[in-house]
Amino acid sequence: MSLVFAGVCSHAPGIVGRKDRADPVLRDGLYAAYDRMRLAIEATRPDALVVIAAEHFANFFMNNMPAICVGMGEHYEGPIEDEAWLGIKRTRVPGDPQLSKVLIEDVMNDIDLAYAQEWKFDHGISVPLHFLTPRYDLPIIPVNINCQGPPLIPLKRCYEFGRALHRACEAVPQRIAVIGTGGISHWPATPDSGKINEAWDRDFLGKFIANRREELLAYKDEQTWREAGQGGFEIRTFIAVAGAAEGHTGELWFYAPIPIFAVGCTIAVMNLT
Amino acid sequence: MSLYAVQKLIYLLNRDPLVRDQLANDLEGLLAQYELTEEERTAIRDPDIGLLYVMGVNGQLLMHYAAMRGFEWSAYIEAMREGERKYGPVRTGLYTSAGSRS
Repeated sequence: MSLVFAGVCSHAPGIVGRKDRADPVLRDGLYAAYDRMRLAIEATRPDALVVIAAEHFANFFMNNMPAICVGMGEHYEGPIEDEAWLGIKRTRVPGDPQLSKVLIEDVMNDIDLAYAQEWKFDHGISVPLHFLTPRYDLPIIPVNINCQGPPLIPLKRCYEFGRALHRACEAVPQRIAVIGTGGISHWPATPDSGKINEAWDRDFLGKFIANRREELLAYKDEQTWREAGQGGFEIRTFIAVAGAAEGHTGELWFYAPIPIFAVGCTIAVMNLT
Repeated sequence: MSLYAVQKLIYLLNRDPLVRDQLANDLEGLLAQYELTEEERTAIRDPDIGLLYVMGVNGQLLMHYAAMRGFEWSAYIEAMREGERKYGPVRTGLYTSAGSRS
């Protein structure tokens, strides 16, 4: 039937795993924004949630690294991380392989995809689902954009993937929500974890919610790496959502640098109507 | 290819309970399956998180591995700092300190 929801959110493992070490005002504000996003998704009565994430070697390694891969499993499991460290228990999450197949076939008219019938979630998907589908009762279609092992897919292809995904969603009877998950500027998993370039983030988010395609696609990885950290490569997931919401602008519901979470925590939603 | 082998082993340890069982029950047998230098074997075995960081192991792989080996968050961050002090700057890869990127 249609794409009924499009938004982006942070997925950093500290958001749950180190929640007790954060400024409680900022943390509670972030949690409230996740909950607002959950209610907004539920209000659209989706049949499935597509999660465009940047995984961290839960499924894919440099022996066979897809640029973009879409899940086509009956179910998925995760998180792979130590449960106590992440603060999320391992669970099984339903998929919808038939819907995955139809979407993949349609998107492949424009974008070459890999698919996977097995998939383990890491914090890139498990943290958002912890807040957005806490009962794990909504079928999930995971998507990974390789943001870890260069060569990385060009930004313009991420936008095109989003556009193709939107078109594919319009061609099926199901109501589909899509979220992108990732960080903006951050230096995770280094001694500089907690460093955040707020000005860079706010500039990027301004372009994102205004959905200014050319400005979003003008970022260069080498410059992003220097100014926004290697975590900044994850803007690919946001740009895919911008492509899915082409022609629409959005709203920034929450942004705050929370150093112990190692990222500028973000919730933003596109206005599709 | 050696760093590749280090990362491949850590990738499998992070995601596969059967490989983790091997780590617990037959560490030397597990290490023998990979083309590793003695320095690399030691870094994985100890584990020396700081040395693995300096070697250039992808930070996400290393973060999950450190957690799996029981490193609390602050101890993990400090281990990387200690690695830089002890072994010098990161030798390769994307996961380097921000100050080294200008």
